[in-house]
Amino acid sequence: MTMIHEAVGNFGHLLVVISFVFSLFAAFSYMKASTTSDKLNEKGWLTNGRFIFYAHSLAVVGVVITLFVIIYSNYFEYHYAWSHASKNLPFYYKLSCFWEGQEGSFLLWIFWNCILGIIIMNTSKKWEGPVMTVFALVQAFLTSMILGSVFSSVKLGSSPFLLLRDVMTDAPIFEMNPDFIPEDGTGLNPLLQNYWMVIHPPTLFLGYATTLIPFAFLMAGLWTKKYSEWIKPALPWTIFSVAILGIGQLMGAYWAYETLSFGGYWNWDPVENAVYVPWIIEVAALHGMIIFKNNNTSLKLSMVLTVATFILILYATFLTRSGVLSETSVHSFTDLGLYGQLLIYMFAFLAISAIILAIRWKDIPSSEKEISTYSREFWIVLGTITLCLMGFQVLYATSIPVYNHIVAFFGGTSNIAPPADQVTYYSNIQIWFAVLLALLSGTGLLFYWKKMDKNSIIDALTIPFIIALVVAGIIIVAVKVSDFSFIVLITASVYSIAANGKILMNLLKKKPSLSGGAIAHIGVAFMLIGILFSSGYSKVISLNNSGLLYSSSFSDEMNRENVLLFLNEPREMNEYELTYRGKRKEVKNVPFYVPDYTLAQTMKEDYLAIARKDIKRGDKVYYKAGDTVQYYPENTYYEIEYKEDGKNVFTLYPRAQVNPSMGLTVSPDIKRSLTRDLYTHISTIPDPEKEKDWSDPEIQKVRVGERFFVNDYVAELKGVQRVDGIPSIKLGPSDVAVKAIVEIFGKQENEQLEPVFVVKDNMVGNIPDESEAFGAKINFVNVIPDENSFEFSIQTKQKDYIIMKAIEKPFINILWVGTFILMIGFGVATTRRFKDFIHSRS
Amino acid sequence: MKMKKTHIIGIVVIAIAVFIVISTAGDASSYVSFKVAKEMASNGKDKKIHVVGQLPKDENGEIAGIEPSEDKLSFSFIMVDNNNEKQKVYYNEPMPPDFTKSEQVVVIGSYKNDQFLADEILLKCPSKYQETTINVSEKID
Repeated sequence: MTMIHEAVGNFGHLLVVISFVFSLFAAFSYMKASTTSDKLNEKGWLTNGRFIFYAHSLAVVGVVITLFVIIYSNYFEYHYAWSHASKNLPFYYKLSCFWEGQEGSFLLWIFWNCILGIIIMNTSKKWEGPVMTVFALVQAFLTSMILGSVFSSVKLGSSPFLLLRDVMTDAPIFEMNPDFIPEDGTGLNPLLQNYWMVIHPPTLFLGYATTLIPFAFLMAGLWTKKYSEWIKPALPWTIFSVAILGIGQLMGAYWAYETLSFGGYWNWDPVENAVYVPWIIEVAALHGMIIFKNNNTSLKLSMVLTVATFILILYATFLTRSGVLSETSVHSFTDLGLYGQLLIYMFAFLAISAIILAIRWKDIPSSEKEISTYSREFWIVLGTITLCLMGFQVLYATSIPVYNHIVAFFGGTSNIAPPADQVTYYSNIQIWFAVLLALLSGTGLLFYWKKMDKNSIIDALTIPFIIALVVAGIIIVAVKVSDFSFIVLITASVYSIAANGKILMNLLKKKPSLSGGAIAHIGVAFMLIGILFSSGYSKVISLNNSGLLYSSSFSDEMNRENVLLFLNEPREMNEYELTYRGKRKEVKNVPFYVPDYTLAQTMKEDYLAIARKDIKRGDKVYYKAGDTVQYYPENTYYEIEYKEDGKNVFTLYPRAQVNPSMGLTVSPDIKRSLTRDLYTHISTIPDPEKEKDWSDPEIQKVRVGERFFVNDYVAELKGVQRVDGIPSIKLGPSDVAVKAIVEIFGKQENEQLEPVFVVKDNMVGNIPDESEAFGAKINFVNVIPDENSFEFSIQTKQKDYIIMKAIEKPFINILWVGTFILMIGFGVATTRRFKDFIHSRS
Repeated sequence: MKMKKTHIIGIVVIAIAVFIVISTAGDASSYVSFKVAKEMASNGKDKKIHVVGQLPKDENGEIAGIEPSEDKLSFSFIMVDNNNEKQKVYYNEPMPPDFTKSEQVVVIGSYKNDQFLADEILLKCPSKYQETTINVSEKID
């Protein structure tokens, strides 16, 4: 009997409390350091704050290690390990278990803040005191989210170190045996068992964490009345933050594309929108700062946008973790009862920053000069405003569930729902903003190097404009683009690439280190083109106009977007011929998928099976019949053979995962080629529980060598042999057992069935054999020596089938190429601004 | 008097923001009961609405009233809204795999010829992400 490991959880909880208390102390020390006028005193408080922040960080690292130890050691007496992990998970998925839950993802965020805080502490010199005060204060709020302490009926935070029996107080098992420990956890959500889920959350939360840095520098600047100096250290971090937050979102999008079956990478789901909005606003803030660096305008704009970015990150946290969205999102949320706490966190920082801004507003220098239309700042301001409006639309509509809650809070009822077709609603407006952005990003940078007037601007714009018209014209004709908004967006994007390309050429000759902006803009323009084609021209190729009516009560014909494929029966689908070849499993150390009927599950462990046949490809035998193999019983891959235009054959393996506690989830398989992706996912499969409905037996009399039909397949009785022993039955000296060897001929593969006929103690018995692939069960029922023939009882069931959907995504690679270019641009820009900052410091 | 550029920009920005707010109000859907949805349809409003409800179960605890189409490519089911009104709902997709496990269903769609046609179904399966029962019958070896 294993004991409950209480000590490790208590230790973890203690460390959380320590980290919370230390963050408060650190905030206090740093505040003292920033407010005292005595130099010596200041030094003392700084050392103090620094020491305590290190101690806080050490405690946080301790919490992280403790929680991971609980997950890694399979301590299922802990609720967190039990509900997020299971025994049979490789190391890297145990990492995913760590941040599957909200407490773990808060920890991730807290951890990143520690790392960033330590970097800032050691690099920011005179900024350290006020900046770290803000950092430590944020840490106090965040650690309180996992505190799990109760102060006179007020619950503060949700602890990841709760024992299962303390969470599931109603479970009867704990009444009988309080020391009960489940054998296994309930496992990681199969959709999260994907490599992107190992790296996407850490990246996204690093993005969350980095938004604190510009905010902290701004607060420090307002506090110490260094109204414009804060921008220099904040700018490189803002670019870094925009890049990381952007990568984080794209990883999520790519994961969705590869794993979820909604058919795309972006769905305008509230969870996606919640991060999209602060990101867009941060991009706007970044541009505001760049304007200020160049001509001292837009300082207030930069400040407001920097505050907005941070508050919107808190708002995103509130939206996704409070349960407010639970009715409107396909994502599922766990409500940990942090609703109030999250609101307080958000409003506290909103109030602090609003008050400080209000107090200092009059003192903040602002330039009264009118921005000239021919300056680049004018165009960047327009771009910044466009970004804000983009963010505004998404924020306004995503918050609809919040309005209902507010109305309900004041006793009213409101039943507004988000737009029924979210994708159309958002895309129709965002596309026009995207056009504006493409035009502005092309034009704005042309003003980079010299003052322009009416004539030189026309000179500068002419070439990109002509290129845009010609290239866009060719694309539009070649791909037959007819939608007006698409035509405009393609033209604007090509213009942006041409204009920024021209600047890039000039810069590469003179000062390559300054080319970050131009590269990033080219990347964005490529992304827009990629998004436009892959989404706008996404085509359901499994569409069939069968003309079937829904029911007699509908007059409209409905197009079916799915196709039904019976096992081994080819079907036409546009230019393809599709054949479903059967269920496959993934076996450890075998580089291909193995037919599911070659594996017999063992009783002992779920993930062990016995090979019923040799597992081989060509001459190489990976496992022999009778070997025990390790496999992944949850995952079934459906082999679908595609034949394109009668030649060019390829195979896709869309996946379905069956898990007793989580039901069935499906993931696509994608055939990638240069110009398009072919995306295929299972829509439904026969219910595994109802699959075993066998038909009434039909008796057939067969001689050796004779052919007969089994479930519409040709079969042959190859022979009948005496067998000496049968595993499950003990044969006496007068008992006889014979087996029939029946071969069924499939279109691709044959299968041998060996039903057995036994006479034991003068009683007749039979052991049937069945074929999953052919949907047949053969029972050896009689031997008729006079006729030299044998009787078989044959049962069949409905042939295995799948229903699948196939979607074509043209030119999606342009989107990924654009993403890479954008990231290179961010890299170049970040490097340059950090160098500037370091240069200015020394 | 010549207007300042910033003022013009300000006016344009406000105009766009107002446009967004108004167009969102126009596009926003609403949570209603089947009764209200039917009234809306008979008044000629073909706007898509949200209905929240449950799937009724028979005496064996199985979900009753699910009918796949002949070609298995679409299906219909019975749904009970929060006012306890039953309605047959048609959906032009095969049955989602975890449909029968969902505790709450949100259908987005509208009435057509007195039948409710769903464009989208949102499933809420709390058990999927938050386990509420412990499976004690573990294997012992």
